[in-house]
Amino acid sequence: MNENKQQAMQVSALRNGTVIDHIPAEKLFAVVNLLNIADMNSNVTIGYNLESKKLGKKGLIKISERFFSDDEINKISLVAPNVVLNTIRDYNVIEKREVKMPDEIDNLIKCNNLNCITNNEPMATHFYVANRDTHTLKCRYCEKEVNLDDIKLL
Amino acid sequence: MKSKSFVSINDLSREKILSLLDTAAKFEENPNRDVLKGKIVGSLFFEPSTRTRLSFETAANRLGASVIGFSDAATSSATKGETLKDTIMMVSSYADVIAMRHRLEGAARYASEVSQVPIINAGDGANQHPSQTMLDLYSIKKTQGTLEGLKIHLVGDLKYGRTVHSLLHAMRHFNPTFCFISPNELRMPEEYRLFCDKNNIPYTETTEFNEEVIADADIIYMTRVQRERFSDLMEYEKVKNCYRLTNAMLTNTKENLRILHPLPRVNEIAYDVDDNPKAYYFQQAQNGLYVREAIICDVLGINI
Repeated sequence: MNENKQQAMQVSALRNGTVIDHIPAEKLFAVVNLLNIADMNSNVTIGYNLESKKLGKKGLIKISERFFSDDEINKISLVAPNVVLNTIRDYNVIEKREVKMPDEIDNLIKCNNLNCITNNEPMATHFYVANRDTHTLKCRYCEKEVNLDDIKLL
Repeated sequence: MKSKSFVSINDLSREKILSLLDTAAKFEENPNRDVLKGKIVGSLFFEPSTRTRLSFETAANRLGASVIGFSDAATSSATKGETLKDTIMMVSSYADVIAMRHRLEGAARYASEVSQVPIINAGDGANQHPSQTMLDLYSIKKTQGTLEGLKIHLVGDLKYGRTVHSLLHAMRHFNPTFCFISPNELRMPEEYRLFCDKNNIPYTETTEFNEEVIADADIIYMTRVQRERFSDLMEYEKVKNCYRLTNAMLTNTKENLRILHPLPRVNEIAYDVDDNPKAYYFQQAQNGLYVREAIICDVLGINI
């Protein structure tokens, strides 16, 4: 509760749109880039190094009149696995969900293995989660494992 | 478009492995069966591999099929810049099944997704060579009478050797105990040691390769230590002869011990081992034929 109040003081209310919360501060700008916020016309508020009990320092992004597709949400989870996404309508949070890494990731990640067929043919990539605890993904094609920290987005 | 393909040893259940080995045993009794009469097997070797290609093509011929294909990408349209997808689409409209070798990892998986006919992976780069693993399993089962509870020593290049990695994966179904014997530079990668831990597979590791270490082995699986794998050539010179099996080392080994090697061998098995009844690498290669006949029939849904 306390944290919410504090947050309300730091960031003004949103009528309709999306609040992406609990972004680890060091991942904030990666998420900003990922969502192409620089190219958006919407009213955007970005909070950096806000205080958070859970994370120490966190980032927060508020985007007015903008809602996200599943694909876009999945992308966020690859950069920052446990952010919280709030959907706001008429000042009310109508949906609050913790972004979770999907079991399978279609065409979002480039395989790091240069000898992988996906880097040599015009085709989509597919990864699946090999180990959720260690954040390890596995390429469906070359079967090489990669840690989330080492991935490159397409 | 989905067909029943044979791409990765990791796709196979324990039951599937055992049933393929049973079928292979029937082909050993009688390799010549005309069950594929009138069928065409595509043999697409984008990367040369004479040994594997001859084995697949012999299997196809002994099953009564005809073979089309190429033995080197230089003679295929891949040199003109054709994508793998286009080549596979074209050949899969001619052939009933395709065996393919490709230098790129994941090529067979991708081909299996675009092909109208089953794909058999005959090696995709450093990734998989599942028919090799099946013939290794066949050789182990045949010489030991079982796959269960065996003590398997893997020797040499355990870092890059895909055959040892695939064998390790496949053996998870059969309660093995492993001994990893390699120079430090070519140690079994962490990924596979974690795999053993996760699957409760006991293993030991050593850099020493001597009589004592192999005394309790049921299977010794030798691999080649290749010079090009070493960043430091001094290091290579130091270890190159340390992982060489000689006949004298076999004196006190178990009666049922058999020595396997995926071949080609260079000098890691001394020639004086060849006449020892425990040497099994040449028969092992021959078993590839029966296993490949079984795989071809399986993907085409033909029961033997």
